[in-house]
Order: sequence, then structure tokens, then C-alpha cells
Amino acid sequence: MSASIRKLLAGLLLIGALPAFAQTSLLNVSYDVARDFYKDYNPLFQKYWREKTGESIEIKQSHAGSSKQVRAVADGLEADVVTMNQASDVDFLAGKGLVAADYASRFPNNASPYTSTMVFIVRKGNPKGLRDWPDLVKPGVQVILPHPKNTGNGRYSYLAAWGYALGQPGGSDGAAQEFVARLLKNAPLFASGGRDATTTFMQRKIGDVLVSFESEAELIAREFGQGEFDVVYPSLSILAEFPVAVVEKVVDKKGTRKQALAYLDYLWSKDGQENAAQNYLRPRDAEVLKKYADQFPPIKTFSVDEVFGGWSQAFPAHFKDGGTFDQIYQSK
Amino acid sequence: MKRALPGFGLSLGFTLVYLSLLVLLPLSGLVFKSSALDLGQFWDIATGERALASYRVSFGASLLAAAINAFFGLIVAWVLVRYPFPGRRFVDSLVDLPFALPTAVAGITLATLYADTGWIGRQLEPLGLKVAFTPLGIVVALTFIGLPFVVRTLQPVIEDIEPEVEEAAATLGATRWQTFRRVLLPGIFPALLTGFTLAFSRAIGEYGSVIFIAGNMPLISEITPLLIISKLEQYDVIGATALACVMLFISFALLLAVNGLQWWAANRHHGKERTSL
Repeated sequence: MSASIRKLLAGLLLIGALPAFAQTSLLNVSYDVARDFYKDYNPLFQKYWREKTGESIEIKQSHAGSSKQVRAVADGLEADVVTMNQASDVDFLAGKGLVAADYASRFPNNASPYTSTMVFIVRKGNPKGLRDWPDLVKPGVQVILPHPKNTGNGRYSYLAAWGYALGQPGGSDGAAQEFVARLLKNAPLFASGGRDATTTFMQRKIGDVLVSFESEAELIAREFGQGEFDVVYPSLSILAEFPVAVVEKVVDKKGTRKQALAYLDYLWSKDGQENAAQNYLRPRDAEVLKKYADQFPPIKTFSVDEVFGGWSQAFPAHFKDGGTFDQIYQSK
Repeated sequence: MKRALPGFGLSLGFTLVYLSLLVLLPLSGLVFKSSALDLGQFWDIATGERALASYRVSFGASLLAAAINAFFGLIVAWVLVRYPFPGRRFVDSLVDLPFALPTAVAGITLATLYADTGWIGRQLEPLGLKVAFTPLGIVVALTFIGLPFVVRTLQPVIEDIEPEVEEAAATLGATRWQTFRRVLLPGIFPALLTGFTLAFSRAIGEYGSVIFIAGNMPLISEITPLLIISKLEQYDVIGATALACVMLFISFALLLAVNGLQWWAANRHHGKERTSL
């Protein structure tokens, strides 16, 4: 009994040790909630690559808050590719010369293989009748969202509300700031992250509406059951893009450029796009999107580039110290 | 005199190298990094409205939590040492849980318990008491993580106090209060201060548990470590080190003051015995 266990362990060790020197490996440094997506995607790519080239490839994943991840890469974490949830994080690496300055044009669709958008998650039956952004700023409505300054999820919510107000007749930056200030006044707390906001809303039953990614709504359904909440699509929301890039310095050093490019390219393949749809992220491929149409109702969106001139402008204007978020909280 | 450990020179050398590598080097790196700012910039960051509010929250909540722990921790330690009761070992090991539990788990659990819909929050709500997502929530989280520091510091000291001392005081006509105040407390006080200091210092730096229960509203329930994280989110490492330096300085000053108090207390009560030894 114990001998066979020992043999088994030795075998496992051998299996574990062999690929370490016999196999090419890629490290994908990614944001926190992409875990499920890449858990499903990596085997698809490994199979594809083996069939195409005969080479079996090992893929390691690292997940954490995106700006933390990017700092780690800048400090020397040897990532072959980065897959992030906000362009400002990849821009930071481009500024350090680790990623090509024109990374966004190296792949189709602004280098973002899939998208998502911010939607409202309300209590079952929508008791407060919340249909669109103006309903969220009404007195007596409690809005739950993650910290708008410190989290990617919160920043998208903030910009979505801002862009909505800006797009209304007579909309101006001043009016938008006031609109967002009223929205934030309805927030009883700022959750520390996307999942914390979900827990606060679903489990602790705090608030009337949770502003979050469309993809998060599906995860909530899996976790808490479909009957617990409704999803409301506002008349206008933001297009959340998830840029990917090859880390030039690392792939040159490791000689993995070919594999890294193929790994990211394959995200746009039918299999890659289907995987996105199955993880409730909107695929770029029109056919795949059509196939999953009832999962993704049409919604009018604007991108950060269109309304804010890109993250490189939006970030300092709104989320740096002294930006609009801080202005809202300056005591008069 | 023969010593068990190698000579003074060698062991002092080890001590200094060890402390330098572990403590001084990273801290001087911190100060060095923040010196990229000129004094005016440093001052602006250190005394911003949000920063000042966060010092009040961080240091205020930490002091309050440490004070609560000093009071109740003393009772817990006393009971655990002096009174045998069934399940004492079990209760004793419970005290260590806040050490072992990942702080994020503690924070999420406390937030769920103290939210308006939680087990405890539901009872407090009719009284008009909101704990989760208010500064009070921060105190609760910091009290939780600080408890073992006080209890574990006091236990060995209380064990050393012989019950005969109390009995002697009683036979000499001291009231219970007098026995506690004049006989027991002087012996315990330095350890109590140490426990208080440890709990306090731990609370100042705490991030993981607080962040889930604080609510994180600017000017109301933002702790300084959150502002530091916020700076890091903007890739403003230097601004973050400036705030860190301020925390370091205030903490160091407070710790020094407590150490001074401890030294004074020890000398006041033991001065005569020390010299006679």
C-alpha cells in the first residue's frame, strides 16, 4: 500500500519535473476575475498548438488586481503576455518600454478580444422601478459599487455614469460631475473590489442596485440562483475593453515570441470567441455574437476612447489625486 | 562570568546585522525613496485634507481598539490563568485565532455579521447603532485582530503573581480594590502597556480586514493604508512612500512615548527592589 503510494508520488514528481526543462512555457499575467476564462481557454490553445506544430506548451497563469500585476511585471515578473481589464494598465507597461507603444494596433479590435459593459443588478421584480441612470440618483435609492478611484470595476461604473450625463441634451462636464456626485451620494459604502460589492449586495442584502459588469451578473446567477435578482440594461453604457499584449522584452529573452503571438491571436479564433461568450463576455466575432444573442441583449455603448479620449486622458482627469473624484469629496 | 551564548561582541554583531537587514534597510529605502520629493510637495501630500482625515481615523480607531483590548484582554487573561474551568484549554486556544485567520477572512466575516442584515447588526440596528461600513466597524475589526497581543503578553506575568501575595494583602486589611490597585496592578502594568502597544501598532498597519468593513468613504472611513493603496493604483509610488513615512514617524513617536511610560512605571514600582537585588 505505502509502497504503491510512494511509486505514485515518485511518478507524479517525475511528471511535474519533466516539463520544467523539456517544454516551452508561457506565463500569462492577468487580472483577478479572468481566472475562469483562461482556465477554459488554455486547454483549447494547447490542443490547437499541439495539432498545428506538434509542440506541447505549458501555460502558467497569474491572477490578482490588475495594477498590482502590472507593477509586478514592471518590477521583473517574467510575463510573456499580459491580459488586462483596462488600457491604463497596459499603457503603464508601454511607458516602461516593456510592451510596444502601439500595442493596441498589433491585434484587431483595439487589441481587446472581447468586451463587456456596465449594467444594473436590482432586487427581484425591480421594486424601486430602476430603469436608467437618472433613477439611480434619486433620493432614497442606495447604489452599491466598488471604490471608483481604486478599482477597475468602479472606474468603469464612474465613467459610464459620467458619459451618460454628458450625452444628454445640454450635457456638459459640469453637469456630468454634478450627476456623478449625486450618484456617489447614494452609495452607502465603497466596496474594496468587484466581488466584495457583489457579496455586499447579494449576501448582506444592502442597497437597491448593484452596478457591475454584465459578466458578473451571470456569475451571480450561478452562485445565488437566477430567481434572486433582475438585470436592467440602461439606455446607454460604457464599452469595457480588455486589452492584451505581448511583453516584448520577455519574449525576446526567452525566445517565445512565436508562441506568445499565437496564444493571443487564438483569442480571436472561433473557439476563443465561443469561450468568451460562454464566460459571458461579449465576443467580437459577429457570428458567435449572433449565436449567443439571447445572452447579450443589444445595448447602446460608448468607448473610453470616444468620450474621454482614451484612458491616458480619462485616468488623470478623473482618478488621479485632485481629479474629479477627489473634487467631489472636497469639503466646501 | 560564564555565558551560555557566544561572547557579547559576536552576538551584538549578529543582532545589529539581523535588525539592519530586516528592519533598517527596508525602512531607510522608504525614506530614501520619498526624498525624491521636495519638502513642499511632501508637506502637501502629508497634510492633504483626505490624508489628515485618514490619520484621525487610523490612529483614533487603533487607540480605541487597543484600549478596549487592554481592558477586556486583562480580564480574559486573568480568568484563563487563575480559574480552572471545563474547556479552559479550548477557550485558551480560541484567543490565538485572530493571529491565524487570514485578515481578509476576518474582515468579510465581521462585515457580514455586523451589516444591518447580519446576526449582530440586526440586533443593533433598532438601537440606532450602525457598525458595518462606519468608523465603528473599523474599531471592531481592529479590536478583533488585537486581542491575542494583550492576552498573550499578560498571561505569563499573571502566572508569576503568587496567590499568597493577594492573601497577604487581604490579611493586612486591604479591600479588594486596594489589593488590585496597589498590589496586583503595579506588577501587571508594564506587561499591560506592552500588550497595548503591540495591539496598537498592529492595528495602525492593518489593511486586509478593515477594508471589507470600513465602507471606505472619503473623509469619513478611509484609513491611511487605503490612501497608500490608492496612490499605488495611480502608480504614484513616491506619493505612497510619503504617506508611509508620515505613518512611520507618528507610530515611532507614539511607541517611543509608550516605552518611556513603561520605563517610568517599571522604575517607580520596582526601583527599590532593583537596586537591592
